[in-house]
This record gives sequence, C-alpha cells and structure tokens, in this order.
Amino acid sequence: MKIHEYQAKEILRRYGVTTPKSVPCFSVDEAVKAAEQLGGKVWVVKAQIHAGGRGKGGGVKVAKSIAEVRDWSSKILGMQLKTHQTGPEGQTVRRLLIEEGADIRKELYVGMVVDRGTQKVVLMASSEGGMDIEAVAANTPEKIHKVMIDPVSGLSNADADDIARKIGVPDASVAQARTILQSLYKAFWDTDASLAEINPMIVTGDGKVVALDAKMNFDSNALFRHPDIVEMRDLDEEDPAEIEASKFDLSYISLDGNIGCLVNGAGLAMATMDTIKLYGATPANFLDVGGGATVEKVTAAFKIMLRHPGLKAILVNIFGGIMKCDTIAEGVIAAAKEVKLSVPLVVRMKGTNEELGRKILAESGLPIISANNMAEAAERVVAAAKGKN
Amino acid sequence: MSILVDRNTRVVTQGITGKTGQFHTRMCREYANGRNCFVAGVNPKKAGEDFEGIPIFANVREAKEKTGVNVSVVYVPPPGAAAAIWEAVEADLDLVICITEGIPVRDMIEVRDRMRKQNRRTLLLGPNCPGTITPDEIKIGIMPGHIHRKGRIGVVSRSGTLTYEAVGQLTELGLGQSSAVGIGGDPVNGLKHIDVLKLFNDDPETDAVVMIGEIGGSDEEAAALWAKEHMKKPVVGFIAGVTAPPGKRMGHAGAIISGGKGTAQEKLEVMAACGIKVTKNPAEMGKLLKSVL
Repeated sequence: MKIHEYQAKEILRRYGVTTPKSVPCFSVDEAVKAAEQLGGKVWVVKAQIHAGGRGKGGGVKVAKSIAEVRDWSSKILGMQLKTHQTGPEGQTVRRLLIEEGADIRKELYVGMVVDRGTQKVVLMASSEGGMDIEAVAANTPEKIHKVMIDPVSGLSNADADDIARKIGVPDASVAQARTILQSLYKAFWDTDASLAEINPMIVTGDGKVVALDAKMNFDSNALFRHPDIVEMRDLDEEDPAEIEASKFDLSYISLDGNIGCLVNGAGLAMATMDTIKLYGATPANFLDVGGGATVEKVTAAFKIMLRHPGLKAILVNIFGGIMKCDTIAEGVIAAAKEVKLSVPLVVRMKGTNEELGRKILAESGLPIISANNMAEAAERVVAAAKGKN
Repeated sequence: MSILVDRNTRVVTQGITGKTGQFHTRMCREYANGRNCFVAGVNPKKAGEDFEGIPIFANVREAKEKTGVNVSVVYVPPPGAAAAIWEAVEADLDLVICITEGIPVRDMIEVRDRMRKQNRRTLLLGPNCPGTITPDEIKIGIMPGHIHRKGRIGVVSRSGTLTYEAVGQLTELGLGQSSAVGIGGDPVNGLKHIDVLKLFNDDPETDAVVMIGEIGGSDEEAAALWAKEHMKKPVVGFIAGVTAPPGKRMGHAGAIISGGKGTAQEKLEVMAACGIKVTKNPAEMGKLLKSVL
C-alpha cells in the first residue's frame, strides 16, 4: 500500500526525523492560509500524488510571494500530472503540500527495502540525491553504498556514521544524519514498510540534516496490524477496477492490451499473458482468480474485465487441480449469461473432470471457443480478437 | 529415491483443525502411502482429541516424541504462521513446509534470522507454496495428486498452478517425475531454486530438471550460475512475466520488477548463458525437456 509524501513525513516525524515545516491542503485558499501561517519568504508548492517524478512533471514549484503561492496552487491543484510513473493519462492532483523553503547545500539519497538475498533490510545511500536514483544505480553503481541491517540489534551507530560519511555528510552533521537513519529504520520496521525513502535528504547551509521528501510503501500482508496506516489509504490514487477486484479477493491489474485473461494462480496468469504476446496480441489485464473460481468470483471478474476500453476477447485458462473442471464450466456459463457477454470467449480447462467440463461448455448453447492447451488457447483468442472466427 | 520426502516420511500437520488444513489433510491421506505418512496434528486447544483418527497434540515437540514425525506441514493463518514455523524448527524436524499465503515479510525475516543465528538444521520450504510431492509415494501440500506420474524428471518452481501445468505436460509426454517442489512466491522464503537443484543433482533417480521461475529477485540467476559449474544433468527453464510491467506486483508478493531488476528477459539470458535451455512459450516446457534427454 502506498501513501502520500505528507503522510510519510508525519510518520517519520513521530520517529524523530527532521522535516521542513509544512501543511497539507485541499484547496487554494487553504494553501494561501498555510503559507501565511508558515511565514518566511520562500515556499514550495508540492503536488501530492502517489507517483514519483513529480518535480520533472511540473508538480513541484517554488513560490517567492504569497501571490505566487496562490498562482502555483491554482495551477497545480486539479491538473493531470504526468510523470514516468503515472502512465500517459497522468494523475489528477487533489492534495497539495505547502512547505517552507529550504537552504540546500547538499542533496543526498537514503532508502530502505528488504533484500531478498540476505533476507534483511538493506539501507542504501548515495551522495547523488535529488535525482533519478535508478539511473545513478545503473550508471554509477559505485556511488550507491549499502549496509545490511541486523533484525535484532538494528542499525548500529558505527554503520550509520560510516554510511553518513561515505555519502558526504560533513563531520559536524554526522550525529544528526545518524539519528535520521536510525529513525528511518525504526519507522520501517515498526510499520511493516516495504519501502522507505528520503530523496533528497539535505544538508542545509547551517549544517542541519533534513528530510526534504519522503516516500513509504507498506507490506499489504501486514496491514491487519496497522489500522492507523490503513486509514491513510487514498482510494483516489488507485485504479477503480483494482479496488473493485480486491473486494472479491481477485488479484487484478489493468494493462493496455485488448485480450482479457482470467486465470487461477499468479504464475500461470503471467505465463498466459506471455503466451498471448507470443501469438501476436497484448493482454488487457493480469487477473488471478485464486483457489476457488466460484460463480460469484468469475462473474465479478468478467464484469471488471468488460469495463476495459478496447477489450476484444477473453481467455479463461484454469488448471483445475483441487477444483473440478465441471464446476468451473458451470461458473463460466452462469457468469457469461449474467453479464450478457458480447466479446468472444475462449476457455481452456485442464485437470479433474476436464472432459465433462468441455461437454458442459459445448452444450451450453453459448458461443464459447474451447481449447485443449495453452498454445491453442492463445492462438484462438488472438484470432477471435482480430475477428477471424 | 527422490528428494526431501518419500514413503517413509512421517508428517505432522500444524493447523489441522482449520478448514484448509482439514481439506488438504484428507486429500494427502488419500494419496499413495498417505495413510501411513500423516500421523499427527497440532492444536494446543484440542490436544488429546483427534482429526478423523489422526491424534492431535499440544505442540510439535510432543507430536514428535509420541509419533516420530520428521516433517511438518503448516496451514496456520498468516498472523500465527511464522511462530508455527519456528515451533517446528525448535522441535528439530528435518523439514517444515509452509503452505500459508500472506505472511508479513517482517515475520519471515525474524524467523529466518533466528534459524541462521542458531544454526538450525531444519529446512524450510515456502511459505506461500503448493508443497512437494514424490509421485506414488507421498504428497505434502495442495497440488492435485492425480496429474503426477512416477518417473525421473525433477520439477522446481516458484508458482503453484504453473508447476501443475509443467507436470501435466510431462505426464502427457510419458515423462514421470521423481519429485516436484514448489518453493513459493514470497520474497523471504526457505529453499531456493539453487538448493533444490543441488538436491536433484545428487539424486540418482533424477535424470533432468525443469526449473520454472518468475519476475522479481535474482534467485533464478544464482541457480543458473551454480548449475553452469556443478550440474551434471540437463536443466530446462521458463520464466513467467515477460509481459509484466515494471513496478506492478503480479499477485505473488515477490513477483515485481523493481529498479529495473528482476525482469524475465534478464533471467532468461543468464540461464541460457549458463547452458540451461529456455523457452518463452510455457506450452512447450514438457517438449523442451524431452528434447534434452
């Protein structure tokens, strides 16, 4: 689960991370009032969306007067902000963060994720903050410093200081950087985060170490023990189809192709998408229906897939292991009837009672195209999507 | 022979009284030698009772003392699953197989850390995995038993139904399996591809291996690099997720391309460079394996 910058800063402040003074706002008037309240001569107007790359997309602006705060706020609030993470349609800006200006001497990067190899949280840090860290990692990997954190003892003073020095924190400010790094780790661990990032972490003209930006993602499997974080969820930032799918315990992701796929199991679902691509079309979605493809779930899945603009055909690929193919066939028929399915449907079922399942589909009177294996299924659904049946 | 489990394995089921535990214990018991293999269950609140004749104990240690179990299978719901794994490790079993999906990553980091620091010998398979099967001998987990045939091909995979797909293709081509192992789709887990490849390499009854991976992490690359130097048997591979966009989690907690790393293309290239024959067509996994025998 993702949250906004201002929410991540709220969490990090509770753990002792220094951030600039700032106020989240939902309207231009609120933004102006916030700037007046903050005082000073320079403010930053920051679009709050979940995607990164906001600055480059024009969603972060420096204002040197209250009039400019008003001006930028009215321009940014409501805009369709396009970044490399939003997709071509962009994301509507509904929230702003008004922040006091900062005197930046150095821009550094610090971030934490779970390292699968060592099975520990890894702290990554770089002197090259403020920019696209993925490009730094790709082009100058020697500029990324890493330390694996022991899950019992946490981030030691020695490791924190060492990293701070390596990324160019001046000696006088190392103690402050240590506090920020250790607080960041504590916040990561306590909240079951999957990502915590401060980019940039700055050193100011007078030697203060401050988190100028903050990003946190959370392990969705651990949300049951963090009701306070669940409350921070902003549904406006999520795909409505994915939200709807999650209500039915379906794992769904919209893609930009034209063939819908309904599969049981994440690995097989990805493999099915790959096969569609191999036969010359592109999948409209990833959809894992999970262990129990009940009539209710299959119907919900069809409805969600059918909302996809440009959907040309649907492929159902089920490996009925514990689940019997005749049960699945009945589910597919009931769902197809209920949604009055208007696009071609190809069904491939394998496993227990597959003969009986196929017979039920054939006798249903519905124009369902049957397939014996994945390759045949992909070939047929691609042909159907192109109107060659 | 086979790897990890066989007809002589004795299994304790943790979470035997839950809906999932009950259902799959029945299915496992009905498979091959299951009636002799599944000898104990654990539920501290129901100790002294039984599940359809299988005695229930208060904890894994007691189950081991009374019945001699050496392997555990865990169906305990996510909040208590890591603790259940640890209980089996503390009882010094040979292997714990965790089926449970949705365990917080932090819990897995903690239990894996404790296993390492205390130098525990117990192996962990999973979590979030289908389990493992040695056809005609024993099935521990949620895979459909009837699609398997006894034979000499090893199968190792991160995903459930995609493993069944590979097994189904092998069986249709007349190629039976020595063992099929699902290592699970979570980012922090126990046995990895490399560990299972090593076991198949040492198993005199395995002639070749199908290795199935998916996007995210670098476990497949590590296994491929090891295989290049040490594997005495042919390995074929498939990686799911060529079409998966970066930054989107594809169902499994571990199936995500992040920071441009862990793409299917990258994995396939490393595997091919290490002498593993790969296919981009999941419908051809069985055929590909047949071609290297």
